[in-house]
Amino acid sequence: MLDARTPRFDRLPDAPGVGYKLQHFAAIQADARPVEWLEIHAENYMGDGGRPLAQLRHLAERFPISVHGVGLSIGGEGRLDPDHLARLSHLVGWLHPASFSEHLAWSTHDSHFLNDLLPLPYTQATLARVCSHIDEVQDALGRRMLLENPSTYLAFVESEMSEVEFLGEIARRTGCGLLLDVNNVFVSATNQQTDPYSYIDAFPHAHVGEIHLGGHDEDADETGAPLLIDSHGREVVDPVWALYAHTIAVGGRKPTLIEWDTDVPDWPVLAAEAERAAAVLEPAG
Amino acid sequence: MSVTQTDFTRAVFDPGQAVPPGLTNPDGAAATKRFDVYRNNVAVSLTEALETAFPLLRKLVGSDNFRRLAGAYLRAHPPTSPLMMHYGQEMPQFLENFGPLRRLGYLPDVARLELALRGSYHAADATPLAPETLQDMPADRLMAARLRLAPAVRLVRSRWPIHGIWRFNMTDDAPKPESRGENVLITRPDFDPAPHLLPPGGGTFVAAVLQGESFGAAYEAAVAQVAEFDLPGLLSLLLGGGAIAGLDEGDQE
Repeated sequence: MLDARTPRFDRLPDAPGVGYKLQHFAAIQADARPVEWLEIHAENYMGDGGRPLAQLRHLAERFPISVHGVGLSIGGEGRLDPDHLARLSHLVGWLHPASFSEHLAWSTHDSHFLNDLLPLPYTQATLARVCSHIDEVQDALGRRMLLENPSTYLAFVESEMSEVEFLGEIARRTGCGLLLDVNNVFVSATNQQTDPYSYIDAFPHAHVGEIHLGGHDEDADETGAPLLIDSHGREVVDPVWALYAHTIAVGGRKPTLIEWDTDVPDWPVLAAEAERAAAVLEPAG
Repeated sequence: MSVTQTDFTRAVFDPGQAVPPGLTNPDGAAATKRFDVYRNNVAVSLTEALETAFPLLRKLVGSDNFRRLAGAYLRAHPPTSPLMMHYGQEMPQFLENFGPLRRLGYLPDVARLELALRGSYHAADATPLAPETLQDMPADRLMAARLRLAPAVRLVRSRWPIHGIWRFNMTDDAPKPESRGENVLITRPDFDPAPHLLPPGGGTFVAAVLQGESFGAAYEAAVAQVAEFDLPGLLSLLLGGGAIAGLDEGDQE
């Protein structure tokens, strides 16, 4: 069993962070600039020992850590998996991360885990269910969590409210914060043929504790309409950087993460993306 | 029109199922290709998880065949936990009954070896026993004691040359596998699991230790099987790999 750490960092700085990958350990040790914090996927650090946990213990002495869950299925119809919530409690309990976040999505149904962030309709019924799951998570972890807006590819006929209204109401009812993924906003708005700037302007920025940026792939649906796919496998595109600059102008400086999860590049490529975020966060002059 | 997650899940795993009504494109038409994004994400991400778990299996059958195998496996055995590090536990049994690859009888044991390597990678850390502790102990006390192996230690026994197959495919300049059964001991000296070919009798000795037998009982079992059992060689393999975490003395009943 791992000893609990004394928390060194109680919040993420309003500066660039990156999604941590094991292969970047040495490069980060040598020179992490301009990256000031790291995010890990909770599920990759739920083993009993070995390299992942050893590296994490080491990094947590130097960097604020954000624990980002991808498997809790907060948008699921069924109850939260008590075993998984216990594993999360254990991780958050010994690591004392600066932040914990999860997704407005579901991934587990009838004890089958689908390993993707699946969409839900925005109705009063799903709102009540998501809020009750978030209450349960925040009670179990003894801390406030952040909830991330999803990338969506299609719409539910049954939806009764907009995603921004849905997220704002969750934050109001549960007291949770929000993780604003600007690439997801761009992907979803393109796919749903809505205006991403209106989404950002309507967003409750006072609740935002973190921003995500990542790359996406471009495709088209059967009618030829653009279909963007959230892939985290390449650089952030220029229109998303522009939307990010607008987000910071509207909502203020926020801890900003570069996500790159597939075809992970060498450290300098990731550091260059973080540099672009740093330039937006701290304009010259 | 309400789309249940049961309908959604069924349609994601079965491309033959119709997309649940109530899911639409921006123009209001029923979503088809857009739903396929989710089907594709699920299939690709689970296939990648299996590729990560079974690099040797993939090399042996080829990447196209492995994708077909993964596609069949993920439908038969969708994950039951969000921990992808554990996904693929049923692969050995699945391979035993997977028609297209059944003539390659060694594949299930190759999958067992790869599961053992992965389990070792994520196993709990342990402080290895100092070699002097063993060397300094009087023989009668040692024979009565029980070795406690590190949590990262794994034993895989096979009637196929799985160590030779692993070495030939995963390391440079290795000889071709010999036609024989092989027992593999996995140790994890620091963070990287290392498979070692056990000498004759070694599998019996390690299996007995793992079952909680005393050092003496494990030794006798090994010698009964192989008269020239090389105990010093095996102990140096165990100690060198940090595989012994402790030595328990006391009541053996």
